[in-house]
Amino acid sequence: MIEVKNLTKRYGSHLAVDHLNFQVETGQIYGFLGPNGAGKTTTMNMMTGYLGATEGEVTINGHDILDEPEEARRQIGYLPELPPLYQEMTVEEYMRFAAELKQLPRGQRKQLMEEAMEIADIMDVKDRLIRNLSKGYKQRTGLAQAVLGFPEVIILDEPTVGLDPRQIIEIRDVIKGLGKKHTVILSSHILSEVSAVCDHIMIISHGRLVASDTPENLTRMMEGGNELLLTAKTGREQANRILEPLTELKSVEISPSEEASCVNIRLQTEKTVDIREKLFFTFAAAGVPLLTMKASDRTLEDIFIELTENDAKDEAGREPEGLDSAGTEQPEKEAE
Amino acid sequence: MAAVYKRELHGYFTSMIGYVVLAFMLFFPSVYFIFLNLYSGYPLFGYALSSISFIFMIVIPILTMRSLSEERRNKTDQLLFTSPVSLWKIIAGKYLSMVTVMGAVCLVLCTCPLIIRMFGGIYTLSDYVCILAFFLYGCASIAIGLFISSLTESQIIACVGTFGVLLILYLMPGMTEIIPDTAGASFLGFWLLILLVAYCFYQITKNWMAGVIGAAAGTVILTAAYLLNADAFAGAFPAFLNSLSLASRFDSFVYQVLDVPAVIYYISISVLFVFLTVQSVEKRRWS
Repeated sequence: MIEVKNLTKRYGSHLAVDHLNFQVETGQIYGFLGPNGAGKTTTMNMMTGYLGATEGEVTINGHDILDEPEEARRQIGYLPELPPLYQEMTVEEYMRFAAELKQLPRGQRKQLMEEAMEIADIMDVKDRLIRNLSKGYKQRTGLAQAVLGFPEVIILDEPTVGLDPRQIIEIRDVIKGLGKKHTVILSSHILSEVSAVCDHIMIISHGRLVASDTPENLTRMMEGGNELLLTAKTGREQANRILEPLTELKSVEISPSEEASCVNIRLQTEKTVDIREKLFFTFAAAGVPLLTMKASDRTLEDIFIELTENDAKDEAGREPEGLDSAGTEQPEKEAE
Repeated sequence: MAAVYKRELHGYFTSMIGYVVLAFMLFFPSVYFIFLNLYSGYPLFGYALSSISFIFMIVIPILTMRSLSEERRNKTDQLLFTSPVSLWKIIAGKYLSMVTVMGAVCLVLCTCPLIIRMFGGIYTLSDYVCILAFFLYGCASIAIGLFISSLTESQIIACVGTFGVLLILYLMPGMTEIIPDTAGASFLGFWLLILLVAYCFYQITKNWMAGVIGAAAGTVILTAAYLLNADAFAGAFPAFLNSLSLASRFDSFVYQVLDVPAVIYYISISVLFVFLTVQSVEKRRWS
């Protein structure tokens, strides 16, 4: 288990990470999500002990990363943003060096190295110089280094950068496999990636935790109601007149369509109400053809954009939407 | 520590650097050995070594420039500093690997006194002491280079910086001659030095109180010493600077003196700069 308390990093007057608090339970996959420059990498660097925190503490299975660095780091495998590779070594030499550095038991080294290389699928390039590998293979060599020796906690900073789509799917499967026995923390600014593999998502923006929950709960939390998109062959006034008697509607938005003499209508109703049939007959009775009618799905993408945009507005002093959930605290806003 | 040591040594000999250093360090002593000892018939190998001690200024920067700056530039330091190995051991592993390259050179040089002995040399033991001093001189220079490499991300800056510092230390005896040797000038020199140390202390600790108190205490002690015995200050500052020179310490070995203070000086410089390297890397994590 990892506990992060009040973690803060200040570069001069710039607050890169702002009083982060969270806990990471064993045997789950956690995703750090945030736009570029949100403080994901800085947080990971502090969790692994590469950077010192300005304030706050990190404990890995009860070992403080600063007081007992060696015990704490022994439990961590880390793949930084840029894989830390020595260009003049072959993949196998590099893995052997990493195994010695991690002080793996001498007798098991060879076997553990091979397992890690098989997971990352780099057995066929193990005799090649790292400098001659493609970006994807370099990334995978970095991943092999991180999982080497199967540490309890595996921290991956943007693990799929530079991979082709097939490799991305493979790596995701690898991460899912690792998540069964280990705690995995990965960061990404790509939503589909995080929602595909993670059991728990933490959205970070401007160094603060703005939301932390399962992907399903996050989606549910943000669903205000049902939203329908219509295209009708009519004018704005007539559309307004047709929709006026429908009391179920929470909001109506009418905009001109790209199609000639048509309008686009965006409707919102309560979650429990299904108004589609009624809409059809109402428009039919008025003699107005409905060209399309579809439900709009709010995706995690929308939530992400909304949360990180909200946070940008908070900078101007507005109170944020209360989005905290179990295990997290919303830190007090500081005037900046 | 063994892992870092092995990797560094392997790195030196898979890139050109190790071979270039070995070639330089063996070629020039050999040339001087042939001309001074074999051709001209000087019985002491120390002559050859002291004539080529300038070679450290050229070779040591090349040896040390990449040790930490390259790790930082390629971000490979993230692997080292997040591994379960303490910073001390990582730096020590790096330092010892460079010392090993230096040691290999000295081992080869150890054959030279034997060759002189074949022609009837009688100073074999003092020649070996001289090689030992040469080795320690190299180790001290390496520690300085390692420290400078930890300050920058650029190999070139590390190389030029180390060259500059070693050059100043080499030229120190000549430069101190232009400093006036009156008691007042020495007092001023020492006082400026105290202020410099206090400023560095402030930069490291970021605690201005500590810096001011250090400077004030140093000033009071210095003034008291000056008031008690001003005569002792005459020429003291140039002599102090002279004693910092790495090269001039080596001379006594050439004249067959086993100069224990010089040995201690070389070892202290090595330990001090390895310590400062650890501090400089540690400090960067927090800034």
